[in-house]
Amino acid sequence: MAESATFRIWRGDTAGGGFQDYTTSVSEGMVVLDAVHQIQAQQAGDLAVRWNCKAGKCGSCSAEVNGNPRLMCMTRLNQLDLSAPVTVEPMRAFPLVRDLVTDVSWNYRAKQGIRPFRARPAGADGTWRMAQVDAERVQEFRKCIECFLCQDVCHVLRDHRMFDDFAGPRHMVYAAALEMNPLDADDRVRDLRARHGIGYCNITKCCTKVCPEGITITDNAIIPLKERVVDRLYDPVTRLLRLLRGGGDV
Amino acid sequence: MSATTAPVRLPVRRFGETARSDRWWIQPLVVVLALTTFLVYSGWAALQGDHYTFGPYLSPFYSPELLGTSPHNWFGPPPASWPSWLPFSPALLILPIPALFRLTCYYYRGAYYKAFWADPPSCAVGEPRSRYRGENSFPLVLQNIHRYVLFLSLAVLAVLFLDVWHALWFTDPVTGAVSFGVGVGTIVLAANCVLLSGYLLGCHSLRHVVGGCVDQVSRAPLGHRAYACVSCLNRRHMLWAWCSLFTVGFSDLYVRMCSMGVWQDFRIL
Ligand code: SF4
Ligand code: SF4
Ligand code: FES
Repeated sequence: MAESATFRIWRGDTAGGGFQDYTTSVSEGMVVLDAVHQIQAQQAGDLAVRWNCKAGKCGSCSAEVNGNPRLMCMTRLNQLDLSAPVTVEPMRAFPLVRDLVTDVSWNYRAKQGIRPFRARPAGADGTWRMAQVDAERVQEFRKCIECFLCQDVCHVLRDHRMFDDFAGPRHMVYAAALEMNPLDADDRVRDLRARHGIGYCNITKCCTKVCPEGITITDNAIIPLKERVVDRLYDPVTRLLRLLRGGGDV
Repeated sequence: MSATTAPVRLPVRRFGETARSDRWWIQPLVVVLALTTFLVYSGWAALQGDHYTFGPYLSPFYSPELLGTSPHNWFGPPPASWPSWLPFSPALLILPIPALFRLTCYYYRGAYYKAFWADPPSCAVGEPRSRYRGENSFPLVLQNIHRYVLFLSLAVLAVLFLDVWHALWFTDPVTGAVSFGVGVGTIVLAANCVLLSGYLLGCHSLRHVVGGCVDQVSRAPLGHRAYACVSCLNRRHMLWAWCSLFTVGFSDLYVRMCSMGVWQDFRIL
């Protein structure tokens, strides 16, 4: 491994900014966040960076390393080409606070727009049992650490800035966790189309690629939800069946 | 930082602009080249209306041959009233089904939106247009017909399996006697069916139909098993999609080349 490496870090605030190069010593086992901390300690005491766990579990240290949305604490230097400067930028989809820190609070507001869990009545035996296979399907979605890397890379938010129309992949995962939960009695299908804009996702899977928890966002959350939206709102046959059975939302 | 500054975002990247240092353009380029090659070949082959059978083999582009002049036809030759200005080929009657299936397939959609429409060109790479409607409204909302096309395609797949069965019975050109046999062509058609099954049976819409549509898949034991199988194939949907695209094209090429006398079909059994 190289003895030292150059990091091209975005520095600035809402008034403006640009890249600045820092060369620092590197050693075996280091991650990008270690290097950023070392630069902060030795060369740039005022460099703003958000982090917490350094174990890929708090979702705080999201940034763009060499143009790819990544957790800085989970990006080992030996995965990167250190012969060229390594660029480290804040997430581009969100408003900048300073240096590597962005304001991700839009996500919390968007999440509040999704109907929360509402328990169905207890079964005949007075319990809320669920089968392992049904629990497993939603278990995957609960691994989300809310790093918002998927929101950052999603072109609907990142390039088209449709924050008012599309809740983004993270919240599709959240909606899927609730909607497919066998104990939940609420219904989010109409909301998914009209309020959360699921139709804006064009299944290009960038969100799945960047998720540090390996959640299969597009295939397991978004597409199954899209299919449920088709059942409810587009497919004349399923609508007719519902009408004949006399049940539910036609 | 002063307390009064309003939050700003870094500017949206221009078309093709990115901080990625890898060769991100290779993947969309490969998709464009592969799909274009297939489209050109299949379009040409479908319009030929000739050399689509050889012995007991029938090209999958032409199956089922609803109207046609080969021994494989179902309902006889095309009607005499067929307008002469309209080109006729048996493939034109059936190929729209598999074509529409691939066009509306969730995997291919994502792939061609990226490769042909640069929406986005690749992850975290700037886009050419700022206007965006996605699949939320017309025309792309029509992609939701995928489930119907799936059922039609499954019917076509069943016919392709029947073709493999027919491809096991060879007629002796001299005596006219029919005997069991296996040729390289039989293997090609069978392999195509296996890969097409892997592709169709891993479809996202099928996954929804067999179990994804309910929260308690466990309630129906059969549905649960079917859901597990479809989900298993679905995990490699992209791979099945490309492999079956290749074999379906190759199957046509094989039959065509044999029929034109360019390639020799070998009998194994
Ligand atoms: S698959 Fe959908 S949600 Fe995920 S990044 Fe692409 S457009 Fe966004
Ligand atoms: S789904 Fe994955 S990428 Fe998105 S916020 Fe959750 S952990 Fe992060
Ligand atoms: S510091 Fe907690 S995820 Fe990186």
